[in-house]
Amino acid sequence: MVPITTLHYLVVAAALFVLGVIGVLTRRNVVIVLMSIELILNAVNLNLVAFSRMWGNLHGQVFAIFIVVDAAAEVAVGLGILIAFFRNKDTINVDEIDLLKW
Amino acid sequence: MNPMMHTVAPMTMMSPGMAPVATPFFFYMLAGLAIAGGVLVIMLRNAVHSALSLIVTLLAVTGLYLMLYAPFVAAVQIFVYAGGIMLLFLFVIMLVNIDRAAKDRRFNRMWPIGLAAGCGLFALFVSAFVKGRALFPDRMMAMSESSNTQQIADLLYGNVDRMGQYRMGPYTFAFEIASLLLLVAILGAVIMTKKKI
Repeated sequence: MVPITTLHYLVVAAALFVLGVIGVLTRRNVVIVLMSIELILNAVNLNLVAFSRMWGNLHGQVFAIFIVVDAAAEVAVGLGILIAFFRNKDTINVDEIDLLKW
Repeated sequence: MNPMMHTVAPMTMMSPGMAPVATPFFFYMLAGLAIAGGVLVIMLRNAVHSALSLIVTLLAVTGLYLMLYAPFVAAVQIFVYAGGIMLLFLFVIMLVNIDRAAKDRRFNRMWPIGLAAGCGLFALFVSAFVKGRALFPDRMMAMSESSNTQQIADLLYGNVDRMGQYRMGPYTFAFEIASLLLLVAILGAVIMTKKKI
């Protein structure tokens, strides 16, 4: 079999990234949109760790840890915004979040 | 003998003649699991099912991190992502009323454009991989051949120790800013959900 190279991991990360982008752009449920954003961040992490392995140092892994920290903060604030919005308008469809439309 | 030297042995065994059999099997299994979980996240109607398949994806990516010799990142992924963030998601899914959402349509009005944009992005990635193949060396650099002091230190100290040394060395400022970011996020989340500010 072909030995597993860096490119294999990059292809997996690209596939996860594209799945996350499609999820963000097409789903109606806001919680699933936020979960697709988590997919995107995981794809970026996988990319970073694969390149860190390729170059032989740990800079990519340290950056990946910071991205995990950032994702945790973003999910907390994003879900807080979602709960506040749901309390006001009682819906979680992105199609109905249109208060700023002209 | 240095107890950390046993991590060199799997690397020197990867000569072109004998490729290990277990590594491609685990890679394809974990990669297939991750991609299948990702597809299920964006396709399922029930939000709780989507959250569970995202947990499956995160665990598969943890396995891929372990294959990339990154045990600390894998442990942090389990603790923070699969154990903390997905718990937050499940709490919010159960707080928000999803009975109506489960009967609605899954995809919004613009779904053909979103799908086309995703496919275009994937075509861009594939063209980047095909044209830039020379930039990614076909073989992971064998640790015993290099004289890089960082790589020797990575072998001697172990992954967690080296991550700590990086965190307290070149990335000290970023570490402090990250803790400040977490404080701001906690304050924001608490204020955002108060009924009367």
